[in-house]
Amino acid sequence: MDPELALLVNAIISGLLLGSLYAAAAAGLAISFGMLDIVNIAHPALVVLGAFAVVVVSGGLGLDPLLSAVLLAPGFWLLGAGIYTAYHHFFERRGDQALHGLAFFFGVMFIIEVGLVMVFGADQRYVDPSYASITYYFGDIDLPLRMLVPGASALATIGALALYLRTTFTGRAIAAVAQDPEALRLLAIDPVRIKRFAFGISVALAGLAGGALVVVQPIDPWSGHVFIGRVFAIVIMGGMASLSGCVLAALAFGVAENVTAAFYGPSWSPAVAFGALLLVLAFRPQGLFGRAA
Amino acid sequence: MTVKTEAALRPRPALPAGHIAFWGGAALLCLALVAGFRVLDNEYAWFAGYFILQYVLLATAWNILGGYAGYVNFGAAGFLAVGAYTTVALRKAFGLDLLPCIAAAACIGGLLGLGTGWLALRLKGVYFAIATLSLAVLLHTIVVNWSFVGGSRGAYVLRPASIPPFVSYGEYLFVVMLVLAVIGVGIARGIEGSRLGMGLAALRDDERAAEAAGVPTLRLKLVATTLSGALMAVAGAPLSHYTGYLNPEAAFGLAFSVNAIAMPLIGGAGTWFGPVIGAVLLASLQQAATVTISSAANLMIVGVVLVIFAAAAPRGIVGLIRGGRHR
Repeated sequence: MDPELALLVNAIISGLLLGSLYAAAAAGLAISFGMLDIVNIAHPALVVLGAFAVVVVSGGLGLDPLLSAVLLAPGFWLLGAGIYTAYHHFFERRGDQALHGLAFFFGVMFIIEVGLVMVFGADQRYVDPSYASITYYFGDIDLPLRMLVPGASALATIGALALYLRTTFTGRAIAAVAQDPEALRLLAIDPVRIKRFAFGISVALAGLAGGALVVVQPIDPWSGHVFIGRVFAIVIMGGMASLSGCVLAALAFGVAENVTAAFYGPSWSPAVAFGALLLVLAFRPQGLFGRAA
Repeated sequence: MTVKTEAALRPRPALPAGHIAFWGGAALLCLALVAGFRVLDNEYAWFAGYFILQYVLLATAWNILGGYAGYVNFGAAGFLAVGAYTTVALRKAFGLDLLPCIAAAACIGGLLGLGTGWLALRLKGVYFAIATLSLAVLLHTIVVNWSFVGGSRGAYVLRPASIPPFVSYGEYLFVVMLVLAVIGVGIARGIEGSRLGMGLAALRDDERAAEAAGVPTLRLKLVATTLSGALMAVAGAPLSHYTGYLNPEAAFGLAFSVNAIAMPLIGGAGTWFGPVIGAVLLASLQQAATVTISSAANLMIVGVVLVIFAAAAPRGIVGLIRGGRHR
């Protein structure tokens, strides 16, 4: 294969793998920010918290990191339910969520990050599962398992979640709560309980995404910062409440960043992605894959 | 303007006499500060004082858009860094002194603010906040790739040892920032009592109603974003002289963006005095924590204080002092 073409194909494929990681990080936000209208700016920090928890658990028990992430998910669900309870009590109930709710999550983000620095220090942490050093080659195309396994698990998790939201009663109630909480009340469903449950799911997803992240790359307590813009960008470009739109946007983001990095150098890749977000916001605020408002 | 919103009906401070009292008081306070610090005769005092004053200006600038008009800017660090890099670039290109660089930073920050204003015409609420965050990332990437100002390696600024009437360069920077901060607070205070401030409050409380009542929301938003952007850039303009070395990591540090939001909220957003109290309190606390504990601890303090205030005292310290008068 022509080396330029091989570089392009490899950049696209690793971009797709990177994109599925972004999808994992953004899917939880598509629920909290997209469906529940809760601007959880601490979501990337929760992902990093999940990554550190996975490092501790898989290191301590000698378990596979992705399996540890699954075992930790109920704990993260509880954490999410707790955060939502506080958020609802202090902000949502008072109709004060716009500015002060945002400030609340900003503060939560800092508490998580600085807490991690204080406990673990500023060093990078990583895990080394058995498959991490294996790479499949198809001609000129590389397929490292270190990227493929977490990426595929992430997409499978999101698929299962989408199925859950579409088919079960609670799943449909979650989709409904964003549109009309009063109508839910008329069906004798408590919207606050549904939102608490859904926010718990979104934080559990953050924990799972952390497990996938730490397999792919080493993390430090501040790793979440580079994701804040990306995950919000992905959710907005994906049309807010749509999981499939979120995945498509995440894959597009990953490919755009990787192709730029491969041809113009990695220092330019954030500019392309965020430039794209600014353009989307300015000209198509309902998202690339969203319906016209 | 006959907008009957809650905000517009609030009692306003009495004008001319109040103005004289404010500027007179500010001048006295400045003289007292400089005299007091001279007696103290400690280079660190100027250093710490500058740190606090730069946040007074940054928080005040954020408050003009965030507090008065209700548009949350997550990219304060981006504006501050634009100011800082304007100085670095002009100094390298034309060898300009600090003061003309500050004026240039105000112009460039204002233009950038105007551009943000164009975004604010189309985007509301959290979308605007995220757009400003992306703008900061975009600017960061551009500066990292701009080798003339040092790229990611950063740039050194050799500053003179002292400037004649002042004892040291630290004192000079302190006085410059003091004057800038007082001007910034004065502008914010002027806006608060003017038709501009009332219009902004009206559009913060209900943009559609304000528009329907004849408030020129478009023009007001552009004025607010331009002023806010210019003042933020001014707050950053002397940064390279203050530290002697500037790199993108430092100039675009998230601490600036967080503090720019936390300080007005803790002090009391939407009042000119709120950001001043918030900045003085939080910045002193952070200086103290950096010196005595660690720089991680100072951010922890900001986080905890921000969460407590957002939950328990949403109107900030000014709101606590005034009691529940407006609610």
